[in-house]
Amino acid sequence: MPVITYRDALRSAMAEEMERDERVVLLGEDIGVYGGTHLVTNGLIDQFGPRRVIDTPIAENGFTGAAIGMAMAGMRPIVEMMTWNFSFQAADQIIQNAAKLRYFSGGQVSAPIVIRGPNGGGVQLSAQHTHSLEGFYGHFPGLKVVSPSTPEDVKGMMLAAIRDPDPVIFLEAGALYGAKGEVPDGDYTVEFGKARVARAGSDVTLIGYGRQVPVLLRIAETLGDDNIDAEVIDLRSIRPFDGDMIVESVRKTHRAVVVQEQWRWFSVASEVAAIIQERAFDELDAPVVRVSGAEAPAPYARNLEVAAFPSEKQIIDATRRVLYLEV
Amino acid sequence: MATTQSQGKRRRSAPAPAKNGSDGSPNSKAQKAQGTALDANALVALYEKMVGIRLFEDAAQRGFRQGKVGGYMHVYSGQEAVATGFLDAYCEGDYVITAYRDHAHVLLLGSDPKVVMAELYGKGTGLVQGKGGSMHLFDVDRGFYGGYGIVGGHIPLGVGMAFGQAYRKTGGITQLYLGDGAIHNGAFHEAANLSGLWGRDGLNPCLFILENNQYGMGTSVERATAQTDLGKKFESYAIEHTKVDGMDVEAVLKVAHDAADRVRETGKPFAVEALTYRIMPHGAADFLEKYRTKEEVKKWRERDPIGLLEKRLEDEGIEESRITEIRADARARMDEAVKFAEESPAPDLAELLTDVYADDVAVRAAG
Repeated sequence: MPVITYRDALRSAMAEEMERDERVVLLGEDIGVYGGTHLVTNGLIDQFGPRRVIDTPIAENGFTGAAIGMAMAGMRPIVEMMTWNFSFQAADQIIQNAAKLRYFSGGQVSAPIVIRGPNGGGVQLSAQHTHSLEGFYGHFPGLKVVSPSTPEDVKGMMLAAIRDPDPVIFLEAGALYGAKGEVPDGDYTVEFGKARVARAGSDVTLIGYGRQVPVLLRIAETLGDDNIDAEVIDLRSIRPFDGDMIVESVRKTHRAVVVQEQWRWFSVASEVAAIIQERAFDELDAPVVRVSGAEAPAPYARNLEVAAFPSEKQIIDATRRVLYLEV
Repeated sequence: MATTQSQGKRRRSAPAPAKNGSDGSPNSKAQKAQGTALDANALVALYEKMVGIRLFEDAAQRGFRQGKVGGYMHVYSGQEAVATGFLDAYCEGDYVITAYRDHAHVLLLGSDPKVVMAELYGKGTGLVQGKGGSMHLFDVDRGFYGGYGIVGGHIPLGVGMAFGQAYRKTGGITQLYLGDGAIHNGAFHEAANLSGLWGRDGLNPCLFILENNQYGMGTSVERATAQTDLGKKFESYAIEHTKVDGMDVEAVLKVAHDAADRVRETGKPFAVEALTYRIMPHGAADFLEKYRTKEEVKKWRERDPIGLLEKRLEDEGIEESRITEIRADARARMDEAVKFAEESPAPDLAELLTDVYADDVAVRAAG
């Protein structure tokens, strides 16, 4: 299998589907002539022209709403949020229209749209440009929310997203755009609502998604040095959610640590912990621990920012705690 | 029912009209373009529609006062000439989208008053099976795409739908209705900018219909903006516009056909400001009306579009008995609609979790 970057896998998914399906168009800020702020759409305007790779003014509510209208009119638009931080401007369109159209129209109308872009922080962009919005968007029935962590998944999940009959919030791990991995040739999809065992283990379950997954895999290796055999689960999909795989893993390991960059309150990790206690309470040998971002807006200074996100040490300490080992 | 439709494409909601005005009912395009007045049969047909809407709204308000219609409800009384005129220019394949004052639009497109009333009553037989209510009426088989409750929020959708029509070369246009209250919202300005921009390349056959009823809820145009000539708001986005007396259905109808033809031919947006007035409160639950005077309401009631049309019919020599008959017929239809709504069953509880997604994701999540 060819080895390509997360960014190239994403681009090839969109380009291949645009070749196959003329209904697919891209919209966003500087995605065409400029080449895309993160180069995800680089070159696509040359391949498909400005009618299908549409540079928009900086007006997220307007172009996101228009893309939803295009979807209602039989198209398959993909909207780039230059970063998800800007999506608050479009939140009315995403939440009040895209998520609910099918329901309040009694099933007459749907909005098969993909909204994609980098999610999360870590490069000193400070408060307004650093958010992890999986919990926020995951809250709303009617939206599907995914967060792939590998080049293989990002391609298969993008193809699935474009073909999905419902609106998909596609949260890319911006920090992983340059990460490489094996990607199968040709057309394949990764089903939403199916998590992935990224590493099998028997002593403890580490659960994460997006850019936390490679971190957890690294930590699992470190823990192996202390004879701790950690299982790593990549959630991949936030809504729909694979509760079965989590429960199955906890039945095996009896311990779980959930790691996320976002704030802890009302978050994905909280939901995961709740599902475990509801469905596997008797299997647990220790309380589920959540490792989350610090409860403050994202800071600028490098040392503060590092302290604001889960560190490898915090995750290792949490893991040792659920194993009742010395921290 | 007679129709004034005369375009190459036909309405699906009305019986197919003759190709020209020879049978006396449909009005030829040329006749309208020359400004010739509509003939008596065409006027009667418009009157039937407008009276139908008014009596539907009266019945809906009774239902609301009796506690049988829940939530919010916004009636169209006083504004009938606007949608009646514009939807006369509707052709099969066009899209229509509006905000929450949406009963008239869907009725004019041919939805059954029984089914619309059942929706207001929250019944399983309703237009959207009781899932949307008054503010979220949809009938896509008749071109009606809602029915939205957030002021301004539907405007980008309409612009995108028009793009879709041009991109897919369907030949259709989008009739996008908005109120004067929505024009101050950012969503309008972002969407209008895109519409003008895409229209430059023939990619936005969007007809903006600004229903200026002079109040955004209780705030008058003068209290909401320093630029009270609302048509000018479109100029920033290179969208051409005109005005029409929104109480005069004949005037509206003529402007509507001209505007729709122009949008269809050019693929560019166009805007019409229809000056109108809602003679009823903003919402069915608002009674105080501290923001306007009784005298003002009385003055506008004198220009009630249905009253004006009755005068025209009188001038045309239509007997009063015919008018009485039309009103009685409409009343009977609305009584029937209310009866149907009252007797219909509530939605099945299993419907709570359907139509959230195309598949059963919601059911699984809840289970």
